[in-house]
Amino acid sequence: MKLTTTLLATTALSVAASAVAAQEMTIVSWGGAYSKSQKLAYHDPYSEKTGVTIINDDSSAEAVAKLRAMNEAGSVTWDVVDVVAADAIRLCDEGLALEIDADTQLAAAPDGTPASEDFGDLLVSDCFIPQIVYSTTFGYRTDMVGDTAPTDVCAVFDTATYPGKRSLEKRPINNMEWALICDGVAKDDVYDVLATAEGQDQALAKLDTIKDDVIWWSAGADTPQLLADGEVVMGSTYNGRLFSVIEEQKQPVAMLWDAQVFDLDGWIIPTGLSPERQQAALDYIMFATDTQRLADQAKYISYGPARASSAPLVGQHADLGIDMAPHMPTDPNNAKNTFLYNYEFWADYRDDIDAKFQAWLAQ
Amino acid sequence: MSDTTDSGPITAADGTPLKRSLGRALRQQKLRALMLIAPLLLFVLLSFILPIANMLMRSVDNDIVADTLPLTVVELKTWDSDSGELPGENVYAAFVTDMVAAIDAKNHTKLGTRLNYESTGMSSMFRQSGRKMKKLDPVADAPFKEKLIKINDGWGDVEAWREIKTHSVRTTNGYFLNAVDMRRTPEGAQSQPEDKRILIKLFGRTLWMSLIITGSCILLAYPIAWILANLPMRTSNMLMILVLLPFWTSLLVRTSAWKVLLQQQGVINEILVWLGLIADDGRLVMINNQTGTIIAMTHILLPFMILPMYSVMQTIQPTYLRAAKSMGATNWTAFWRVYFPQSIPGIGAGSILVFILAIGYYITPEIVGGTKGVFISNRIAYHISSSLNWGLAAALGAILLAVVLLLYWCYDKIVGIDNVKLG
Repeated sequence: MKLTTTLLATTALSVAASAVAAQEMTIVSWGGAYSKSQKLAYHDPYSEKTGVTIINDDSSAEAVAKLRAMNEAGSVTWDVVDVVAADAIRLCDEGLALEIDADTQLAAAPDGTPASEDFGDLLVSDCFIPQIVYSTTFGYRTDMVGDTAPTDVCAVFDTATYPGKRSLEKRPINNMEWALICDGVAKDDVYDVLATAEGQDQALAKLDTIKDDVIWWSAGADTPQLLADGEVVMGSTYNGRLFSVIEEQKQPVAMLWDAQVFDLDGWIIPTGLSPERQQAALDYIMFATDTQRLADQAKYISYGPARASSAPLVGQHADLGIDMAPHMPTDPNNAKNTFLYNYEFWADYRDDIDAKFQAWLAQ
Repeated sequence: MSDTTDSGPITAADGTPLKRSLGRALRQQKLRALMLIAPLLLFVLLSFILPIANMLMRSVDNDIVADTLPLTVVELKTWDSDSGELPGENVYAAFVTDMVAAIDAKNHTKLGTRLNYESTGMSSMFRQSGRKMKKLDPVADAPFKEKLIKINDGWGDVEAWREIKTHSVRTTNGYFLNAVDMRRTPEGAQSQPEDKRILIKLFGRTLWMSLIITGSCILLAYPIAWILANLPMRTSNMLMILVLLPFWTSLLVRTSAWKVLLQQQGVINEILVWLGLIADDGRLVMINNQTGTIIAMTHILLPFMILPMYSVMQTIQPTYLRAAKSMGATNWTAFWRVYFPQSIPGIGAGSILVFILAIGYYITPEIVGGTKGVFISNRIAYHISSSLNWGLAAALGAILLAVVLLLYWCYDKIVGIDNVKLG
């Protein structure tokens, strides 16, 4: 009798184990150098530990639209999705992302600090598990700006001193803020001004002065390419992409950290998953956002880890062997003049301003 | 044998009348043929007809307002939107009840997004009010009129309520009106404000640029097809590979290659500067504008023009030209009066193919078109994947489909579709 029970139990266990071993997981992210850093820092160790096969899908740019479509069709094929904070807030508002309890569902710091304190203010939404702090900032060609290298973000709007094309992102976020700052609006008042129709028109009018000199980008890799080709004299993109142009490809490009806009990127888990898949996704998140894992990612790309406890663990680049700390957007030298991005404002006003901006663009 | 000719209808070997037996055999044959094509038929039905039908439905479907605010919509029916006065407390109370339920189901932001397509500002209003209205109790906290206006002064604006009332119908023409730069208002269809009128312009640009692309394809492809058709087989096969090679190369690779060639620090500009034809500071702008789109798309669509032309020209007997010349025609007359008319079916087929492909092109204009060289399809993609205004995207798609069908019909009337030969 006892033998039978033991036999049965072992069989059941081994069946369960093989079911887990054969498990697959689809993780959605941004592609390029960023996905690579996630693969090396999170996916590979996780697969090794659990035997779960991780499939990468580079669809984060369309995550909101696709999740909405999947939700409508009643079949969600993604397990974990990497999105920026504003998208996470939007997905959470629409009930498309799972709400997470940071203290029970995320790993505590090694010294026992609960996750909610370790992440602190960066937990901007109930559904959002922050991963990195990145910034959107400008890079410029050192050989195309003459003797006076730009130090001020308003150089972007100064086509007389810095002739040539500029590349800007094909969406209003950040561009509207920079336009207002360079049109004389005080940094603290930017979002108050931008909440009014007149303020939005003012920003667009400022952007109008350089409209003919702008190449609009939609993929993070566009500006680095344009800078490397010498097609643009300066352009905005994510700081990690500029790091790879400057340090890895050794192009004559320099960072213009002035008025860099901090933003967050992190995970959400879609709603509508089966209980097993949801549990697997939570298990992955618990592993991938612990202190060591977040610090590991910074070895491959110059984005700051979102946990306070990860910061001291950030070391050198895995291949280049250079110190990563001075390349982080949060380094004091780089963060002399930063602009605080207002997630709630953009979650509320994104539809409004996007419609106006796109109409302006098409005029 | 003699028995059957004598009495009754002709029968088959098993005694059944021949007519019926023949009918059965034919029916079986038809059934077998149908079964052979059934997989393809099902595939076309499921992957082509159904999605198109679904898309057409989406362009008029507008359940969201009535589903999210059922009580409000009923109460608003009795409110006169032209009175210029705010609706009464009954509407506000119904609205709070609806909103509390919607906030609970997380539907209110979707509704805000929907109404924002019509009047910018609604999305932020719904999102901001949603956060504060969550705490209201639909019974205990009445009356609501003052409270709502305090939460967001937008609720004290007649326009907001007019907007909700106008778009509360379940089947709407609103998306189609938006697609032609008009808007649905209580007073009927009106044109959009100046700064929002862009779609008609984009439709026009799409048609116009597709025509230019088709025209330049004809001009480039005709001589190539002629040479291919008139050279000896061995050489023409060699040349044919040169035509087909780019055809087999990935679209993205070819488009990106044009980027390298056309940009200001690109190959063409470098050569022109080196030759001294243009100054270093006067480099030509050939990309991120209409020129870029036209050049890249002409190149990408060229094989679709050459191949039908070539197969038609191959069938034209060279003896006709010789006969014309022997009867005293000049080279030009022989070409224009004898050869050219026979090659028209090839031009027709190629033009239809290129034009219809061009009008719906998305990826090439997106990469090389900048803001001035993009097509209506790029706008559709924007509404599908970024603004999430699927209704408008569906309406734009439906219009594009109708335009293509109309052009096809015109072509059939003018040139005749029987005149088209693909090989």
